[in-house]
Amino acid sequence: MTELGPILEASLTFAFVVLSLALLLCVYRVIKGPTLPDRVVALDMLVAVAIGLIAAIGIYTGFTLYVDIAIALALVGFLATVAFARFILVNAERGASQPNGTASREQTAVEERAS
Amino acid sequence: MRTLIFRTVAPYLSTLMIVFSIFVLLRGHNEPGGGFIGGLIAASALAIYGIASGVAPVRRAIYFHPMNIAAFGVVLGAVAGVVSIFVGVPFMTGLWIYPVIFGVEVPLSTVLFFDIGVYFAVVGTIGSIALALEERDEI
Repeated sequence: MTELGPILEASLTFAFVVLSLALLLCVYRVIKGPTLPDRVVALDMLVAVAIGLIAAIGIYTGFTLYVDIAIALALVGFLATVAFARFILVNAERGASQPNGTASREQTAVEERAS
Repeated sequence: MRTLIFRTVAPYLSTLMIVFSIFVLLRGHNEPGGGFIGGLIAASALAIYGIASGVAPVRRAIYFHPMNIAAFGVVLGAVAGVVSIFVGVPFMTGLWIYPVIFGVEVPLSTVLFFDIGVYFAVVGTIGSIALALEERDEI
């Protein structure tokens, strides 16, 4: 760990506290979220907060390597969100084509929003 | 997906991801990174481009069939090991040369070529799986 000034140290502590709270709120939304899109947006937010946390840890420990990890997570985390969005789209179209099919509660909620 | 913003951004994003994957691949010998994780990032780039604008443009863009790319990677890895025969050391021993290009010493090794082989094998395999899965329900 490198030597940090008092201002930087206070800012880091503040950032850690705020980011941890944000992580907890995101986890709450993932568990509680009534519909699938809510959970997907919460997961995307979780990735964003994790990127911020990794960057803060990088400043705290002084390893520049953490920045590369944050870049990789930012690039790959976007793929997960896009894949989930596509999954929701495909499910909604399938549910619309066969109204008496095995559409779950979440899928019908998606259709209600789309209509 | 029929979204204008995503379809416009996706080519630039996948280009950025492939450049980053090559950076991770080349850095991999002395620092964290390497062929496997670089290949995974490149395969994610192919997947994003495939989701945005359909699978056919991706297949046209990478020109070769993904399985051919994977086979090329495996052969490249094996050839990088075979080079040590000509020096008389055990199979897959790392051999280094230090050519000076434009006044800069560039360390090259058979290990690097093995890593590039791993990169191509992973891009081919994961890319093939991702494209096959995306082909199933095109929107």
